[in-house]
Amino acid sequence: MNLTTPLGDEVLSLRAGDQLTLSGTIYTARDEAHLRMMAEGIPFDPEGAVVYHCGPVVQGDRLVVAGPTTSARMNALTGFLIDAGVRALVGKGGMGAEVVEQLRGRAVYLALTGGCAALAADRMTLKGVYFEDLGMAEAVWVIEADSLPLTVGIDAHGGDLFRAVREKAKTQFHQRFNIKQDTVS
Amino acid sequence: MMVNPADTTLSGALADATERALAEAEIRLPPDVLAVLRRAAATERDEIARRELTNILENIALAGERQVPICQDTGVPVIYLTLPPDIGLSPDLFSGMREGVRRATATIPLRPNVVDPLTRENTNDNTGVGMPAVHVTPGDRLTVTVLPKGAGSENASRIGMLLPSQAAQIPRFVTETMLLAGGKPCPPVILGVGIGGTFDMAAALAKEALLLPVDTMDDYEQEICDAVNALGIGPMGLGGDTTALSVKVKRADCHTASLPVAVNVQCWACRRATVEVKR
Repeated sequence: MNLTTPLGDEVLSLRAGDQLTLSGTIYTARDEAHLRMMAEGIPFDPEGAVVYHCGPVVQGDRLVVAGPTTSARMNALTGFLIDAGVRALVGKGGMGAEVVEQLRGRAVYLALTGGCAALAADRMTLKGVYFEDLGMAEAVWVIEADSLPLTVGIDAHGGDLFRAVREKAKTQFHQRFNIKQDTVS
Repeated sequence: MMVNPADTTLSGALADATERALAEAEIRLPPDVLAVLRRAAATERDEIARRELTNILENIALAGERQVPICQDTGVPVIYLTLPPDIGLSPDLFSGMREGVRRATATIPLRPNVVDPLTRENTNDNTGVGMPAVHVTPGDRLTVTVLPKGAGSENASRIGMLLPSQAAQIPRFVTETMLLAGGKPCPPVILGVGIGGTFDMAAALAKEALLLPVDTMDDYEQEICDAVNALGIGPMGLGGDTTALSVKVKRADCHTASLPVAVNVQCWACRRATVEVKR
């Protein structure tokens, strides 16, 4: 399946574990950009938009590399984006339970392979920038994406592949080391 | 790799070597790391995991073709310097390595990642107080080894001051580190484990273990690796057989009342390169 921005209700039919490609305009945002947008407003049209958790390497107007950053850092900073109409978050590592609830009935979380910064940049063109004063890693870069390979990590129905994997891992851990709870230290 | 430095002063030669080592490490993965990634891609049974591994291998090929860094988190510079007996440890050596990091940041280019820990002000050239992090050991030749370290995996690292009676619990402590980390450190990971020494030495050993060849493991390392892979976290925490590519252990003797254990988590992009300075 290929999705093209701006996104609409088609995201609601996706299920955790589905694989797809995404094309169109996406906006990078990390911790500092989220804080700035909360304080000053979202500089792009959020309706149907895709926010990409990424701090790229940019040289002049060239996107050198642009892989995903750890999304969980934005757990407490995401609700306002979904409220404003953002339909998909792209990142790595998954997000917290509060975000799973915020996405319900509205939006999805899409996982891009962590570290695949050259692959990502190969399928992206730099179009513009907001908040450049935040620095290279923290600015909001406007990017045109062409067929990004993604996996639905969290769907709009509470399905969370990361949580399912974590829960299985916990069971495995307790079985293997024959323990009930607590930790070593 | 060996270089004939363009600059004949020791400081200039080290700057050259540091810049070249960083370029090599950031753009190409070492053969042993490639070997374990390819092995994992060939044996992985989970469909989503297989695609993640395919993406990783394609990304590595693209980085080489385009001569760009493998990952946008180009890390902070960690440098291991070996000094032959006839070269004294002077401030010039350190300024040479700093200059090499500055140049590499502009020429490769690298993302400026080094900031003040409290104000978060960026130095913009990847040097700063204590950066690059330099470790010096005596050796036969003058070599610069770089290990650029990304934050996603570094942040999942852990140290435990275990009790001397808890040696059998070391595999559990290491496995628990990955249980807590999940997909955040960009698995499949390589785990450097430091056992013994002091509080600080255990952490240093764990990082040095990442310099060891990862395509072979002894029985103890394999046992821990199997326990981590049994978790099923898989590439990027999306599930699968491949959570750890390798576990490497380094040891030092310790106090009779102590058992420090450190785990330095390294993402699949285990970037390292050594350049010898020819004089």
